Amino acid sequence: MTRALVASAGLLVAVVLAQAGCERETRHQELPAAANRDVGVRLTSLEPGSPQGNPLVTSPYQNNAWGLSEGKRLYGAFNCTGCHGLAGGGAIGPALMDDKWIYGSQPDQIFSSISQGRPDGMPSFGGHIPTQQIWQLVAYVESMSGQVPQDAAPSRSDAQSVAKPESRIEREPARQTGHR
Amino acid sequence: MPSAIQSALQPAGIEALRIVHLWWIFFWVCTVVWVLVAGATLMAVASGRRGTSAGVNERRVTGTVAAATAVSTVALLILLTTSVVTDRVNASLDTTNALQLQITGWQWWWDVQYTNPQASLNVVTANEIHIPVGRPIRVTLLSGDVIHSLWIPPLNGKTDLIPGRANEIWFIADRPGVYRGQCAEFCGTQHAKMALTVLAEPEDQFQRWLTAQRSPAASPTTPSEQRGREIVERGPCAMCHAIQGSTAGARTAPDLTHIATRSTIGAGSVPNTRGYLAGWIADPQHVKPGNKMPAPGLSSEQLLAVLDYLESLK
Repeated sequence: MTRALVASAGLLVAVVLAQAGCERETRHQELPAAANRDVGVRLTSLEPGSPQGNPLVTSPYQNNAWGLSEGKRLYGAFNCTGCHGLAGGGAIGPALMDDKWIYGSQPDQIFSSISQGRPDGMPSFGGHIPTQQIWQLVAYVESMSGQVPQDAAPSRSDAQSVAKPESRIEREPARQTGHR
Repeated sequence: MPSAIQSALQPAGIEALRIVHLWWIFFWVCTVVWVLVAGATLMAVASGRRGTSAGVNERRVTGTVAAATAVSTVALLILLTTSVVTDRVNASLDTTNALQLQITGWQWWWDVQYTNPQASLNVVTANEIHIPVGRPIRVTLLSGDVIHSLWIPPLNGKTDLIPGRANEIWFIADRPGVYRGQCAEFCGTQHAKMALTVLAEPEDQFQRWLTAQRSPAASPTTPSEQRGREIVERGPCAMCHAIQGSTAGARTAPDLTHIATRSTIGAGSVPNTRGYLAGWIADPQHVKPGNKMPAPGLSSEQLLAVLDYLESLK
């Protein structure tokens, strides 16, 4: 009796673990509704009165290998490479692979930077790139400094690349630097 | 028999005709070989049952083996010679005065360019080609991502499209008609829905089509079409698609300059009607799951305006 109980418990754990594995591979054709919000984002912790804090927003694709690889494809397709460099090494735009985040490292802050644009050159892509693809880009941008689980991050590039694969990047402690 | 649009056994061009002859030679030679082998096997089984193998005649066995070897050698030589001859003859098609095309395979659609020494006379379209009857067509095959293969069975055999390499294929259509080509090398999720429609038509009709394709996109004539064009230019569509004569100039998705003249959308996935087009724009992943087009998230008012505009792009 006890052994049967232990066996079924073990089976249950295995099924739950397998389900987690499926989530990594799920190809979400539509964005989870909860991820669609684009409000109340604070770019700085400096605020008058008592701090209100940010609503906690999770990146819908940070555990999802498909979303991350789509983000990687779009990063090239939408010419992010032109300013931020091939693997986020930076060029005319700030590097994305280091620990410095001018406008914040939270998913909703990255979303806003892509969607609204930022002074000194970052175009606003809101209304041009569908929300779902912006979230995929957010996940990929997070992966370039190791902010996503290593088992979900891309481990190879479609084209030849000299850069380290995202899955082997050490997590950089995120640090908000503010505008230069 | 009704004319099939994608049958290698109903050739519409001289090269496909030669391939079909070769196919029938293979068919009959292999049929004869199969019948002989099967017959010999059955005879051997039958004689084994009768228990007569003890008294076999050595000279007769040697003679039989020699005969079988001779027949096999002759059959193989016939197949080898006819294969090589067909291939060489097809490769030597006279392509002077050929129409030059460049087809690039993408996951999962065909980018088509009618190249012209004078760049302003180039024509860019997708997933559907018009060709003149009786004139050789020379196609340069490129790939933008993975290996694809172009196969238009009524016109010629397959040729691969390989990244970083330019392959060439040529064919000639002997009679007008609609033919269907298909990607013949597994290239990902939507490999099956990667079709190329070929319309072979008389030279003058083809020239009229080519001239019409050279013109920029039609200007909007109604307020709704005007609104549609604004949404296309300012919204997500212009990030990937190009419409000549508008500010949409991206090259990662099919050119939409004359989208209303094409018979299908999604590389042969569904017919190009207003209903299917609406369904495609509203939810592309439902019609062709995994394709690279995201749902642009238009409101119904915006969708109707975009439909009006796209349907005006004749």
